Amino acid sequence: MGGKSDIKLIDNGKRIDGRSLDDTRNVKIDMDIINVADGSARVEFGNTIALSSVYGPRELFPRFMQKPNTGILRAKYNMAPFSVDDRKRPGLDRRSQEISKVMVNAIEPMLFLEDYPKSVVDVFVEIIQADGSTRVTGINAASIAIAAAGIPMRNIVTSCSVGKIEDSLVVDLDGKEDNFGSCDLAIAMATETREITLLQMDGAVSKDELKSLLEKAENTCKKIFEKQKEALRNLYKK
Amino acid sequence: MIETNSEKKIKDNKRLDGRSLLDFRKINVETDVINKAQGSAHVRIGNTQVIVGVKLAIGEPYADSIGQGNLMCSAEFTPMSSPNFESGPPSPNSIELARVIDRGIRESKSINLENLSIDEKHVWTVFVDIHIISHDGNLMDAAALAAISALKTAKIPKIDKEKMQVIVGEYEGNIPIDHVPINVTVCKIGDKTILDPTSVEEELIDAKLSISVREDDKICALQKQGKEGILMEEIEKMIDLAISKSNEIRKMVN
Amino acid sequence: MEKLKIETRIVIPGEFIDELGNKETGLGTYIKNNKIYSEVIGILRNGESEVSVIPLNCKYIPKHGDRIIGKVKSIEMSGWMIDINSPYIGFLPVSEGVEEFVDNRTDISQFFNLGDIILCRVSRVTNNKSTQCSMKDNLARKLVDGVIIKVTPSKIPRIIGKSGSMINLIKEKTGTDIFTGQNGIVWIGGKNSDTAIKAIELINK
Repeated sequence: MGGKSDIKLIDNGKRIDGRSLDDTRNVKIDMDIINVADGSARVEFGNTIALSSVYGPRELFPRFMQKPNTGILRAKYNMAPFSVDDRKRPGLDRRSQEISKVMVNAIEPMLFLEDYPKSVVDVFVEIIQADGSTRVTGINAASIAIAAAGIPMRNIVTSCSVGKIEDSLVVDLDGKEDNFGSCDLAIAMATETREITLLQMDGAVSKDELKSLLEKAENTCKKIFEKQKEALRNLYKK
Repeated sequence: MIETNSEKKIKDNKRLDGRSLLDFRKINVETDVINKAQGSAHVRIGNTQVIVGVKLAIGEPYADSIGQGNLMCSAEFTPMSSPNFESGPPSPNSIELARVIDRGIRESKSINLENLSIDEKHVWTVFVDIHIISHDGNLMDAAALAAISALKTAKIPKIDKEKMQVIVGEYEGNIPIDHVPINVTVCKIGDKTILDPTSVEEELIDAKLSISVREDDKICALQKQGKEGILMEEIEKMIDLAISKSNEIRKMVN
Repeated sequence: MEKLKIETRIVIPGEFIDELGNKETGLGTYIKNNKIYSEVIGILRNGESEVSVIPLNCKYIPKHGDRIIGKVKSIEMSGWMIDINSPYIGFLPVSEGVEEFVDNRTDISQFFNLGDIILCRVSRVTNNKSTQCSMKDNLARKLVDGVIIKVTPSKIPRIIGKSGSMINLIKEKTGTDIFTGQNGIVWIGGKNSDTAIKAIELINK
């Protein structure tokens, strides 16, 4: 973030990969990719690929973690060592732990966990190829994997990133834009109720810019939600 | 989803999914699936799925192997891969898996590590990262197949020798692969021998032997697992079986 | 019975179904601000007085009175822990499992042993889903020499068919013995279980 890029990231309203400011990358969704799981999905945003699998509600161990009046949600975000240019050392790091935590917050409001006392819903996200916006891609995958697992939900959560690069506001940042842009905002929301469940930003923008970033984010989420809906409905065509 | 005591089924030489005892499930090998890696493969054997990414980084030679590149195999059993996953530090199972595959590649002389030397002080370190994403048994064979398939597609980056830096996106050519080891795990349940167990079947296994075989039928790694022993007179039959199966499976590696 | 005007379509979580009005809402739905929404992906059945969604996929949550098939997971002092294919474990107390009087010296594994498959009834479920099973039911029994398969619990009615038509057909054609549990477990006994398994898996798809 905030580094200097030798290349011009935006030229004449076009981004390096030819997208206009409001274009997302190509979004591809596959469902039921891991048959041993209760629900699973693979979501690609351009070169970013997230896999998600969901197990639950299931019995929670160790038993002392069980809550007598509600179920709990656990999420784990992980990046494969080969997902990035310089090999990532396997295992937990602070970044993955933070993302795992905000993912729980992004999804939990959508679930009826109180109906499943003592149980747990486990959501796993593996980033097997990273090119920016990995957490939002992961949340999009997790949300539909939960639905496919048959876990009751209030709404589907949709997530995207928006940001500011050289005075322009753009949607769906890729790896380069993420590194060299001046602001990066991740959002997750239920587009139907406009309820926001994840909001993270770093960088510096004015209040007006923030307002238009949020507008762009909502519009982008709406487009992505259409793809999620289509993927879920296609489960019946299998 | 059928789940019950396969034990009974295996006694009548039949398995729950209709396979005969020595049949593998459907094998699928897809290569070049991760563009951030220098080589990659996604292997599916039935519902078992393994992704391997190979990355090359400039490193230093070890004191006892000057003039040779380094090979590092590691395995992650991702929690997404199984309903029975227990979180925590790398499990003994994943460490064993990585080490067996490491030996299969190293001892088969699959890669001539001397080809991976850059200069006196610099060598290539080849990272073979094994990512288990769906566990329905027979991880060892799936992971080994994915590892060698990924290595076969792996490319050596061009380097700027002045700065000792990788030139991103430019390659000198493929890593030369001299041999293709294939792992076949032969399993014993009672007096029956089976191949390619599902996870339900794995719970019934008394003993198993992972056998890594080269294309010239040389055996390059063995690992015995399981709670019971294997009789001396059984070993030869197991090896014969592994050799013939490995030749079939090797056809899947391009 | 309502025959007319049933709206059926695929719905996803959060999808608006209908105004609440005087309708009764069932499985797979939730109410917010007097409107009915789906909480699962499934097939909507929106009748004139009743609305429900048959989920594509679900986990079994124990309900009083359900007839289920479980597997003995462990033997305790006062009864058996039963794996009922659910986030919750069933407990079968000795008094609900055996008719005769059992004193403290009796080894209760002679009645039900580890790994035994039983067809039983859910006799009690507390607020936090502690679940008691009972063999005091005319169909309850130990099921021996068979195969069990797991299906989506919401598909069990389809496997049974209208007043048992489907399951009777499969039994007849394959010469097998079949029991279904509302918890998504189907037990198949008899020689031709392979064919019966195939038939049931086809329905489960």
